[in-house]
Amino acid sequence: MKKLMLGNEAVARGAFEAGVTVAAAYPGTPSTEITENIAKYDEIYAEWSPNEKVALEVAVGASIAGARSICSMKHVGLNVAADPLFTASYTGVNGGLVIMVADDPGMHSSQNEQDSRFYARGSKVPMLEPSDSQECKDYVKKAFEISEKYDTPVIVRLSTRVSHSQSVVETSDRIDFKLRDYVKNPGKFVMMPAMARKRHVEVEKRMADLRDFSNTEELNRIEWGSKDIGVITSGIAYQYAREVFGDVSYLKLGMVYPLPDKLIKEFASQVKTLYVIEELEPFIEDFVKSLGIKTIGKDILPVMGEYSASLLSDKIFGKNKESVNVTDEEIPVRPPVMCPGCPHRGMYYVLKKLKLTVSGDIGCYTLGALPPTQSMDTCICMGASIGAAHGMEKARGTEFGKKTVAILGDSTFIHSGITGLIDIVYNKGNSTVIILDNSITGMTGHQHNPTTGFTIKGEPAKQVDLEKLCKAVGIERVRIADPFNLKEFEKVVKEEIEAEESSVIISQRPCALLKHVKFEGTLRINRDKCKKCKLCMSVGCPAIVDKGDHIEVNEALCVGCTLCTKVCNFDAFEKAGE
Amino acid sequence: MEKLNIMIVGVGGQGTLLASRVLGNVAMKMDHDVKVSEVHGMSQRGGSVVTYVKMGKKVYSPIIEKGEADIIIAFERLEALRWIGYLKKDGTLILNDQRIDPMPVITGNAKYPESIVEKIKNNFANVVAIDALEIAKQCGNIKAVNTVLLGLLAKSTAIDKQVWIESLKQNVPSKALEVNLKAFEAGYMDNGY
Repeated sequence: MKKLMLGNEAVARGAFEAGVTVAAAYPGTPSTEITENIAKYDEIYAEWSPNEKVALEVAVGASIAGARSICSMKHVGLNVAADPLFTASYTGVNGGLVIMVADDPGMHSSQNEQDSRFYARGSKVPMLEPSDSQECKDYVKKAFEISEKYDTPVIVRLSTRVSHSQSVVETSDRIDFKLRDYVKNPGKFVMMPAMARKRHVEVEKRMADLRDFSNTEELNRIEWGSKDIGVITSGIAYQYAREVFGDVSYLKLGMVYPLPDKLIKEFASQVKTLYVIEELEPFIEDFVKSLGIKTIGKDILPVMGEYSASLLSDKIFGKNKESVNVTDEEIPVRPPVMCPGCPHRGMYYVLKKLKLTVSGDIGCYTLGALPPTQSMDTCICMGASIGAAHGMEKARGTEFGKKTVAILGDSTFIHSGITGLIDIVYNKGNSTVIILDNSITGMTGHQHNPTTGFTIKGEPAKQVDLEKLCKAVGIERVRIADPFNLKEFEKVVKEEIEAEESSVIISQRPCALLKHVKFEGTLRINRDKCKKCKLCMSVGCPAIVDKGDHIEVNEALCVGCTLCTKVCNFDAFEKAGE
Repeated sequence: MEKLNIMIVGVGGQGTLLASRVLGNVAMKMDHDVKVSEVHGMSQRGGSVVTYVKMGKKVYSPIIEKGEADIIIAFERLEALRWIGYLKKDGTLILNDQRIDPMPVITGNAKYPESIVEKIKNNFANVVAIDALEIAKQCGNIKAVNTVLLGLLAKSTAIDKQVWIESLKQNVPSKALEVNLKAFEAGYMDNGY
């Protein structure tokens, strides 16, 4: 059957068809929909793990136990999972093990633009890279075969445009993969020095075999056209190159590690001018050059940002696309904002008022760094807020610490914030940590996590009690406050930053986009009562608009959360339609 | 049909993703090769969003470049202005004549451009504006703006109306289907201004 599928959905289909029975992941754009789609198959056990390291360990365990397993994450997630990755490379597999990693060139939704291909080389694990949804499905199935044949985990690398583009996929049936026998084998699966030394030898043998395989495998294919130009490319860059170069010759690499040296030499020898077209780092290009082959690549093409057909056409042929210019005036940008009704808005109102240094983290609340709230000082990686706040205090002293808070979401706290909190308790910090408990993993589009009480499949589960957890690691002062009760919330924050010990404030209010969250209805401003003091503008709600001569509520956006009514001194807000 | 490039632009949360799903599905039914490129995650939160829908015999890049779009469906005026450079000179703009101020305008750091529709009409012959928000309200759901616009789009393509309706039925949750079919019909019947 033919179906239009997101790249991520096609990966899920590939896992299904390959007979996968265990899937684990931590959500992260642009990889999230892989595991959301896998969870729809009753035949596959799927879970949201607390973080990518645990997710990979679950997949490794399932593989050792004889199942085909898959683990998915965004590029920065692989940093978290790097520890099991490098050693799983030594142990190899029993049932096939595939690791999906989605890079984000252009940083649509990420904090950096790292190139995951270096992880393949670093960990000595083969890597495939599809160019569209059909290949997503086919390559995942192929990856399982390679994994079992060469006794290795296999990474399949995606990028935002492959993950989030839909194209046509021909589906087929699920194969009947029988659990492989489980046999105790400490020489292979217990990585102590004596065993690991022997396994390292196996890894090097495997890499030699995989290099031969890469040269013969149809994943790496030549599409002959005019031999005046030859283009070596892979992934989404192949699609852009196809549009720009037209009928020339292509070496399309579906396996980007290890790279096929003989095939590259043969291809290069037959074309007049050689280009390597790849997003981000010169990973393929450096290899081609190491073979003594001259090529055009990053000397004219950027290592930053996403490519496009027009970028290639401009940089390579100096051709700009013609387009009509309607106006010379500056078009205002439209950055993302926290949604109307967002619980974080109340918290930011208080933090801004108190002029605190805010050690931030990754989630919807990172948007608080942008106008109008502009209340976040740092954001590094998942869970970093707590450790960084502690470091700030140790560097600048207790008084500075008292004007500093760490903020992070419930899911981020479970991911890797909890270890930072333990550090603060153990090493006598005074930091105040605000956990934004909005009952869901928000930014990635509402995934359950250990604090929500449900699994990925929507089944009821035990719920981490954040209050008890914080107390158990040694935080004596744990407060729970509603960020929409501005006065109370401000009082709690003031008390806790003043306290001579570390404390946690659990800011509790569900995400406004959750189905069960109901507000009382749209508001409007009574212009007779409004004094245009603009205090309501300071909450930074996109539904409140300054029209110059008056302030107005955009009724199409307002959800009726009534946060604005709590800062208005003139009672000027009323229910629309009354 | 050799090739048809359609862009859907708007503000995160306006329902552009559903519109692109329906559109992609329509292309599938017409037995075209098709690619739909969307934006998820961070930029969806009230930010400027764009979806590319490309169909034809063989589609490589999922992205439409400047001056390549046959049709742009803009869910908001400022977004129409932002992306209008992607429209072919003889292309068609379908515009929901609605204004949503971006944060820099709300905070007074930027001005919302004046007379956007006129400026675009001065440069492009095929501009159809419509108050899809009002029509959606009349149909019973303010969120059906996307299907009103799809109705208008359906009429401007050569693709059979029934194909669109089938695609709506497959992509819209059953609870919201009736309102959306009504909104589609209203858009289809409207000639814009």
